[in-house]
Amino acid sequence: METQIFGYFIEDLSENMEYLKIGMLPSSLSTIKQSWRANGLSAEFIANYVQTFFIGQPQNTNAPIPIQSKQAVKYIANELLENAMKFNDVTSQRFIEISFKLYNDKLIFHVTHDINPKNVEKLKFFLHQIANEDPQDLYFNRMEANAVSDEKGSGLGLLSMVCDYSAKIGWRFQISKRYSSVTLTTMVCLNI
Amino acid sequence: MEIKTEDYSVTYDNNSDMIVCEGSLLLNSSAEYAPILSLFNTAAEKQVKLLTLDVRKLEFLNSSGINTFTKFVVNVRKKQVLQLTAIGYGEIPWQVRFLKNLQRLMPTLVLKLE
Repeated sequence: METQIFGYFIEDLSENMEYLKIGMLPSSLSTIKQSWRANGLSAEFIANYVQTFFIGQPQNTNAPIPIQSKQAVKYIANELLENAMKFNDVTSQRFIEISFKLYNDKLIFHVTHDINPKNVEKLKFFLHQIANEDPQDLYFNRMEANAVSDEKGSGLGLLSMVCDYSAKIGWRFQISKRYSSVTLTTMVCLNI
Repeated sequence: MEIKTEDYSVTYDNNSDMIVCEGSLLLNSSAEYAPILSLFNTAAEKQVKLLTLDVRKLEFLNSSGINTFTKFVVNVRKKQVLQLTAIGYGEIPWQVRFLKNLQRLMPTLVLKLE
């Protein structure tokens, strides 16, 4: 098993924190529309759950959209699940897993799923761009480009997390040559 | 003109020169947003001088939805003669940020943050 890390990736830290994990396995029994709706419902549940722990806590983030504000956690969780659904390897039996851990000063999401090995290079190119260019320029250039012609998985959701929510993002690829599979974990860290 | 489901509604009223968006927009990809973009662009074609976009009651918008609004704003920007105004709530951070991002794409966009 080969592991590659991109961007700002934090592995699991201490276990002494609020923690929640949800697993989904899109199957032939569910339509894309139903699975898509499940993303929104899961994101809303996570947001309501996290909100409980924000009440009465000081807000230290200077993000344009503070993670404590209404709908912010739902936006992040929903975008992560939508991306996972878009890029999930449909032949894989691995659950799409989303988890968050809440620390005193930050909220960390991890989303793990298998991706089609054919998409790996395209994704790595985007990760290289987001790590090496000005995210604000990338974000607005992408909006202008999408206005002319849409590209599936243009990265607008990830760029909005970075630019609008001051998120730090990292990725871990776990490549198994034996099973010809690639497992991707996307990590999003938000100061609270 | 109106697109209405149990989750959201998008209404264009040519008497008030307004497009009003309400509810949660969580559609999948540009294909599902196409009818809404079409409504936006029809409104922009019918309006001669002024058009107002009211998102105060829009509760949620995913990134595909943001993409739809940016396409519309870029389209209106090309027309030059149409004055677009956007209304949101100043106390809802995502609405403020979203509308300011649209204004960065179209500097003549007038923002009303209530």
